[in-house]
Amino acid sequence: MKRMNVLNKMLFLLSGIIFLSACGPVVEEESITAVGSSAMQPLVEAAGEQYSGENFGKFINVQGGGSGTGLSQIAAGAVEIGNSDIFAEEKEEIDASQLKDHLVAVVGITPIVHPDIDVSDVSKEDLAKIFTGEITNWSEVGGQDLEIVVLNRASGSGTRATFESTVFEEGQEAMVTQEQESSGTVRSIVSSTPGTISYIAFPYVDDSVKVLSINGVEPADENVVTDDWFIWSYQHMYTNGEPEGLTKDFIEYVLSEPVQENLIPRLGYIPITQMEVQKDAEGNIIETE
Amino acid sequence: MEQIKDTQPTRSTKRNQERFGKTISLIATLLIVLVVLSILFFVLSRGLRTFTQHDVSVLDFFAGTEWRPGETDDAGNALVGALPMIVGSFVVTLLSALLATPVSIGAAVFMTEVSPKAGKKILQPAIELLVGIPSVVYGFIGLTVVVPFVRQLVGGTGFGMLAGTLVLFVMILPTTTSMAVDALNAVPRHYREASFAMGGTRWQTIYRVVLRAAMPGLLTAIVFGMARAFGEALAVQMVIGNAPVLPDSFTTPASTLTSILTMNMGNTVFGTLENDVLWSLASILLVMSLVFNIVTRWIGKKGAIKG
Repeated sequence: MKRMNVLNKMLFLLSGIIFLSACGPVVEEESITAVGSSAMQPLVEAAGEQYSGENFGKFINVQGGGSGTGLSQIAAGAVEIGNSDIFAEEKEEIDASQLKDHLVAVVGITPIVHPDIDVSDVSKEDLAKIFTGEITNWSEVGGQDLEIVVLNRASGSGTRATFESTVFEEGQEAMVTQEQESSGTVRSIVSSTPGTISYIAFPYVDDSVKVLSINGVEPADENVVTDDWFIWSYQHMYTNGEPEGLTKDFIEYVLSEPVQENLIPRLGYIPITQMEVQKDAEGNIIETE
Repeated sequence: MEQIKDTQPTRSTKRNQERFGKTISLIATLLIVLVVLSILFFVLSRGLRTFTQHDVSVLDFFAGTEWRPGETDDAGNALVGALPMIVGSFVVTLLSALLATPVSIGAAVFMTEVSPKAGKKILQPAIELLVGIPSVVYGFIGLTVVVPFVRQLVGGTGFGMLAGTLVLFVMILPTTTSMAVDALNAVPRHYREASFAMGGTRWQTIYRVVLRAAMPGLLTAIVFGMARAFGEALAVQMVIGNAPVLPDSFTTPASTLTSILTMNMGNTVFGTLENDVLWSLASILLVMSLVFNIVTRWIGKKGAIKG
């Protein structure tokens, strides 16, 4: 009996070794890590999954943590890709010169209000004044007599940075008010609290909240590509120096036609290839066509 | 002598085993101590950088009311006043403990003195269930039930310290109740028997004997509940509104140390003032949890039941 057991074990081990050695040379496992912006996470995750499906044994680990984390991790060389909704130049503490920027998509950001608000269009100046605390009642912008409740994202959030840099004039400063950490929570609070206004990226918009148009322009993808809708930001994938190997391959994959034309619009983002304007780190707009 | 030496080998294997076991447990203990010390060192050294590296005055940090990390006032001082968060944390902690104390002591008295059978069958499982609910679920319920309730009751947005207190009250209830039950159970049986023998009614026995004797244990239960409330982050963050301002009422948005920490940590860059000042907040939390620990030990030592 005992001998049988030993024999069995040896056979099992042997078959295991054969099985493993058969796998070895065929698949070389490789993985990279992309960290950062939670707004970009769904996009990078979906692209990474699709990439792994097509390239056996190559894995893309995607983690959130925020744009600040993405930028500081990539600057420290701790990860292969740093995801960010904002330019590295906008974070003073980051040495942007050593980072290589890859613009992979664009996302629009829209002001949202509680569905019962009678306002559907607002001027850019009034919008800024609402968020600085100068306008405090909806009646001042043509709505009902109801106090405005301003809800912000956390200071340092990429969405908030984009919103404030495009809506505020020089010298305007956000009022101190409620803050929430994630776009999902912002949406659910706006949908349930009367009088609330906040802002979220297009992919998060649903029927539970009402979007505002600004100066008569509707928040829509076709208005973003021409910059008629001016609250938008790039989705950056930063690498430390020129990308190599799997990192380079993956970024090229994200920029390739199938991803840009199918995956990215399906997830609610705007393909970088469709943009008719360019924006630099200072927010200057350049027409490309 | 020779004979003794002959018997040694078997003994020494046993002794070796014993020594082996001792070494393992010693290593485990040292490892835990090492982990605790290195966390303490890391958090405190980062937290102190706010004052040493970025030259923020201690007074500005603890007494300042303007929280805009990354911005400076006209004199060039960084706006990192943490008083709103410190006040917010202490207020919701004390209020929730104040609410939870009578309820949990009442439930504990019911479970141990009034109706131990029903207590074991119904209350015990209910309380254990409460412990098991993740804090994000509490927060979610708070957001969808408590906040609208507060809004209808007193107006405003509903976000604020009142909503935070109500959510924390439910969250610390299981901790305080089960510890209060333990404390009451630890009161020796002959205390009660002596009271009954002297003609004490049930109420007199509970009020004058059992609760008095269990007082240190009950206090420990409350302090433990407060420690939990003080450190709770997610659920509070979802209902308190996270406005870093000194709250002027219980129903206007406020913030706690934990809510500001969880909100901002992903958006700051390691080594900057914005990041280090968050570590300073974390240091306050750490020091406070040490204080809570010391207080419970002190209570335990002072009032251990004798006899």
